[in-house]
Amino acid sequence: MASNKKYWKSVEELNPDSSIVEALKQNEFVEEIPVDEFLGDKKSLDSSSTTRRDFLKYVGFSTAAATLAACEGPVKHAIPYVVQPEEIRPGVANYYATTIADGYDFASVLVKTREGRPIFVNNHDKAEVDSSANARVIASVLSMYDSMRVQGPKKGGESIEWDALHKDVKAKIQGAKAAGKEVVFLTQTFASPSTSKLISEFSDSVGGVKHVVYDAISEDAALDAFEAKYGERAMADYDFEKADVIVSFGADFLGDWQGGGFEAGYAKGRIPTDGKMSKHFQIESNMSLTGANADTRVALKPSEVKIALAKFYGYLSGVSYGGQLSEKADKAVKAAAEAYKKANGKAVVVTGVQDVDAQALVLAINEQYNSVAFDAAAPLKVRSGNNKAVKSLIADMKAGKVGVLVTVGVNPLYTLADAAGFEEGLAKVETSVAFSMKEDETASKTTYVAAVPHYLESWGDVEIKKGHYSLMQPTIRPLFDTMQFQEVLLAWMGNDVSYYDYIKSNWTSGVLGGSSWNQALHDGVFKSETSLIFTEVPTEEGAEAAVVSTSAGEYALKLSKAASSGMELVLYAKTGMGDGQQANNPWLQEFPDPISRASWDNYLTISLADANAAGFENWNVANGALNGSLANVTVNGVTISNIPVLVQPGQAKGSVGLAYGYGREAGVKEEMKTGVNAFKFYTDFNNVQSVSIEKAAGEHEFACVQLHNTLMGRGDVLKDTVLGTFNTEEPEVWNPQPMVSLDHQEVPSTTVGLWQNVDRSIGHHFNLSIDLNACTGCGACVIACHAENNVPVVGKSEVRKSRDMHWLRIDRYYSAEETFAEDVEVVENISGLGESLSTFGELEHASANPQVAFQPVMCQHCNHAPCETVCPVAATSHGKQGQNHMAYNRCVGTRYCANNCPYKVRRFNWFLYNGNDEFDYHMNDDLGRMVLNPDVVVRSRGVMEKCSMCIQMTQKTILDAKREGRAIKDGEFQTACSAACSSGAMIFGDINDTESKVAELKESDRMYHLLEHVGTQPNVFYHVKVRNTEEA
Amino acid sequence: MIIQFINMKKVKHRNSASSILGLSLALLLAFSTTVFSQETEQPAAETAAATASDTGSGDPANGKKLFNSNCAACHKLDKKMTGPALRGVGDKHDKEWLYSWIHNSSAMIQSGDPDAVKIYEEYNQVQMTAFPQLSEAEIDDIIAYTMQPKAEPKVDNGGGAEAGAGAGASSGGIDTNIMLGALALGFAMMIVMLYVVNQTLRRIAEANGIELKKESEKRLPLWKAFIQNQFLVLVSVVLLLLVSAWFAYGYFMQVGIDKGYQPIQPIHFSHRIHAGDNGIDCKYCHSAARVSKTSGIPSLNVCMNCHKNIGEVAESTGTPEHSKEFYDGEIQKLYAAAGWDSQNMKYTGETKPVKWVRIHNLPDFAYFNHSQHVIVAGVECQHCHGPVETYEVMEQFAPLTMGWCINCHRETNVKMEGNEYYEKIHEELSKKYGDLKQYTIAEMGGLECGKCHY
Repeated sequence: MASNKKYWKSVEELNPDSSIVEALKQNEFVEEIPVDEFLGDKKSLDSSSTTRRDFLKYVGFSTAAATLAACEGPVKHAIPYVVQPEEIRPGVANYYATTIADGYDFASVLVKTREGRPIFVNNHDKAEVDSSANARVIASVLSMYDSMRVQGPKKGGESIEWDALHKDVKAKIQGAKAAGKEVVFLTQTFASPSTSKLISEFSDSVGGVKHVVYDAISEDAALDAFEAKYGERAMADYDFEKADVIVSFGADFLGDWQGGGFEAGYAKGRIPTDGKMSKHFQIESNMSLTGANADTRVALKPSEVKIALAKFYGYLSGVSYGGQLSEKADKAVKAAAEAYKKANGKAVVVTGVQDVDAQALVLAINEQYNSVAFDAAAPLKVRSGNNKAVKSLIADMKAGKVGVLVTVGVNPLYTLADAAGFEEGLAKVETSVAFSMKEDETASKTTYVAAVPHYLESWGDVEIKKGHYSLMQPTIRPLFDTMQFQEVLLAWMGNDVSYYDYIKSNWTSGVLGGSSWNQALHDGVFKSETSLIFTEVPTEEGAEAAVVSTSAGEYALKLSKAASSGMELVLYAKTGMGDGQQANNPWLQEFPDPISRASWDNYLTISLADANAAGFENWNVANGALNGSLANVTVNGVTISNIPVLVQPGQAKGSVGLAYGYGREAGVKEEMKTGVNAFKFYTDFNNVQSVSIEKAAGEHEFACVQLHNTLMGRGDVLKDTVLGTFNTEEPEVWNPQPMVSLDHQEVPSTTVGLWQNVDRSIGHHFNLSIDLNACTGCGACVIACHAENNVPVVGKSEVRKSRDMHWLRIDRYYSAEETFAEDVEVVENISGLGESLSTFGELEHASANPQVAFQPVMCQHCNHAPCETVCPVAATSHGKQGQNHMAYNRCVGTRYCANNCPYKVRRFNWFLYNGNDEFDYHMNDDLGRMVLNPDVVVRSRGVMEKCSMCIQMTQKTILDAKREGRAIKDGEFQTACSAACSSGAMIFGDINDTESKVAELKESDRMYHLLEHVGTQPNVFYHVKVRNTEEA
Repeated sequence: MIIQFINMKKVKHRNSASSILGLSLALLLAFSTTVFSQETEQPAAETAAATASDTGSGDPANGKKLFNSNCAACHKLDKKMTGPALRGVGDKHDKEWLYSWIHNSSAMIQSGDPDAVKIYEEYNQVQMTAFPQLSEAEIDDIIAYTMQPKAEPKVDNGGGAEAGAGAGASSGGIDTNIMLGALALGFAMMIVMLYVVNQTLRRIAEANGIELKKESEKRLPLWKAFIQNQFLVLVSVVLLLLVSAWFAYGYFMQVGIDKGYQPIQPIHFSHRIHAGDNGIDCKYCHSAARVSKTSGIPSLNVCMNCHKNIGEVAESTGTPEHSKEFYDGEIQKLYAAAGWDSQNMKYTGETKPVKWVRIHNLPDFAYFNHSQHVIVAGVECQHCHGPVETYEVMEQFAPLTMGWCINCHRETNVKMEGNEYYEKIHEELSKKYGDLKQYTIAEMGGLECGKCHY
């Protein structure tokens, strides 16, 4: 064992008396199978209306019926194209490079289509432009096949023709202008040069349109600070790979901070090479994905985070700033400042504090110390919302100044804290048009709904970063009678050009500079030196936004005066749900949050100390599922009742967290109406709010998988060490090989086996390498696995019963070495009973600020697989290429294999998820089924399933090579998870190819297998996690 | 009940001709004209032409040959195709005009010849291929051929009967039938005669007062003797059980195996005509077999590549079973489905996609890739699909069971030579197993479950 650390997944495990943890260690299913309940009660058996005779009749009839039905095979039809499109060949996938830009997620992606329907959205690995498709982006393909989409233009709930809509709205716009009223476009951030140009052209053609950009989750402070300093409404870009020291004050940059997309660079710097890796300080309130990856994490209340930032600047510049910080936090901030200074420019500081001063201070520091990771010359354009403009728009609407309101890609009635005010204003607007994919909260209240296509059905261009252009192209003909906003604008202007031609002419005249349009469209991305940008005239509110002080010292002084006022609420975006646009996406609903491991919910995260003080509890019920107390939460007079409370290790004392994106009411299926709407607390676009919490009666049932599929108490699956030990000690110390006794001799466990070894040296032998240092826990692989392998969604109540079907889970382990070390010291110095009683009470609980590690676990594809031995029908067997095969059609569902699997990676189909109305998810409607991968069978009820190491993908790669008569290059073999992993944590390949990356990784000192001592010899291996906490 | 189901299944198979032989005999007699081919028609027409033609200095026989090799792709004598119908073309234009048109039509169009431009416009501005290689004498021959009057369809009953008799004589099946019928008749007559003789003799005996001895003594009936012999009963019961078990096993093992499945398709497509008689490569239409897991049912535009110009089949294509008219009707069905207006030679846009009945139905859990077998392994299509080029109606040739797949994988060697992919693997294999040159698919891991089931 690497260290004597205690690893734990749930707070429950810290309770030594917990019977449930013990039960879960011993049994796969905590609940007894209710045989007695069923057969034990003689009375109920007697009174049952089904007699033995009836029973036999039913059995006889159904047997006979089944026999007869089996005699005649159904007649199947095959309907070929009348005119087959040239580029479509049945059974062969086509790939298109396109771009997602839904106002929240921006990324260049590669879309896989089969027979003309997109089935997979993946990283665009050839894109020079930053692109990492996160879990939401990969899941976005399912959002296109959403049966709740609005299927054509509507007026007052009635379907109308597009021509009618064009005619009406054009007249209304002219009428409004004539009456001296305003015409307002309230849109998402497009970051699209052509759209900007088009809007200003339209504005000119009708004599002035006010364009207000609105981001549901605002980055207004960062935009204002950047605009004041650099004169451009954008956000600085950061390349964390270049930084040796990363200091973050509340910036969840591995999540959605400033548009996200930083994890690839970050992860590269985290892999120890030549004894060096980046050092990451995180000062934050909620336990975020970024905080979970940090080397040093300090949990502070939001107000204290501001003070800490001021003090950080103080330590850098040698000025001391006031404000109260605990001694420990102060020490950590000082250490961070010293490290930052020492790194000599190879350091970066970022902040997520929604405060112009904080943002300006960070820009000033990075510039002052010449941070190499900081780039203000080519800033990010993925957020450009203007809160002041939105506020004044609401005021204008209420005052009746607005004649026509057009909303595009936004849902203010859901995402605005002041939704009531907006609704009041909307009632006074004569004509309102919502461009939306759904009849959502806003679209159901507007005069017209203009049905828009999904981004996979649209044309467009995006400038994610200055000079980095990408194109959006349709990958399928629009499913419904939809028209994209830009096409409609062209129609309203009476312009006959299609939007495609419009973009093309803009690009050929402006962006491309002589390069080929077709090549740019093929690549999906284009890097341009000449930045020709069609800037719109900014609205007046934007211009006056930047009234900020000038010197860094002044910013710091202001920050240091931040006052704390009782309990503070920090609103955050979850990795799965983001801003809630895709709330009707079952993949994302069932995606377990990387930190809390809870799905289908949002909840109030609270520290254990605060929970104990307020009487909130989390407990596990008999079947292992998690239950929790409820709270009524009030912010600024707005109360949301019955919010479930989840005790979150690492949550700063005095703060609570709540995620956006849940509590949708309109445009989503009944099953997806989960959680509460945190936007109601988002007053003044401030994600930090003073809050009062009171306990409510009742309890909440979570669908939290953190105690599921435990390794039966075997432990020792996670190995981590610190950089100092890693650099100075031998690998045996920090990555010891387990030894077993053979003939009274201690030998490495790998040399002993119950099974015969098969020669795998010829042909391919696949291995998957997972680097725990590079894995940020982002979960893109989980969704990619769902999409590639037709993994069903089972719903909240089934997840509670440990019946989740994720083939790939990301285990999250907490550990708490450092905190304990201090405690031990204190405990040793106790003298006398009286003092011991008081001191123990003061000791920090293990959950106060634990270290976190993520570990993706899927089928380990053991060469000596315990599951294969116990299968009575040989449904699971081993291939020479290292994959553990599962023949579903052979499986009879004994579940012996799952019982015998030491890694608990096998999943059982309890129900026919694709043909049972109880599971109203994508597999049960004709539209949702279009996302299914035709190369992977949809499993039926009663069979076991598990990760196949994407054998359909490896086989395809082999076949392509055979057909083309060539050898396979390294990097060609991929699995869905390894392809989706933008951080480079998962590397897949053939270890028989000695030149391959994966073969090299297998020889690494950091390599280890899960539960090596069991002797299963897996084909998945891990790399010991190294934390940069103790310098050598 | 079960038997009924089997029968229903059998209904799908086109029944062999044996049961309708009698009918077919009658049909043969009635429609014997269909047996005529163009060849038989020809001499009469030629003689007619020789007398009728006065313009013709050309030789219509040579003209026919030239017509077929040069013109027939776009022209017919009596029907518009890509170009106009050519019968009587010598009357429509003078010879000089025709020479220069055939030698270089585009020059004529450019020079603004009104007739040339008119034809060009009429036929969708498709330019006629120039034939500078044809001499004027040869063109004369072609014109001579086109000037022959249209041969009237023969309704000569006498000739028809003759031909029918000929066909009857040459067909062995009918002959046997008649003989069998005659034999049966003979037997029946003999039985009747024997009965009559018996009766007569008895009457004579009675009349003569001879008492016929009756077998009156009681003998143990056979079935009672059988029952009393317990050993025999036991043995036969065991036998009976074994036999029925054998048949039951056989019956159950064929459930779901559709070998010989031959459904009736919405359009009667004859592989015999296309792949057999015309020798079209399988992969011309099933082109996806080269690159994809599915061989692909050709889309209708592939059919129309040829059938734009082939609106009817040749006389000789018709068979006793399916007449020329039948095949022509099927082509009309294709036109209806593809939305092709054969009169005006253009698409109407009103399509009716064809709902073919799928013959080879592999279950979802079995993965099969055509390109792997067709391109990588170089397996002939016929290996699994049978002699398709002889099939009038497509049917499932192979059982498509897992045992059938596995067996082939055990017996077939991997085609490694010339494929760079296998180079390293072959080298390693040779090192391991010595000088063996060939490895079966099974030895390469081709029997592993996960290779086909995922």
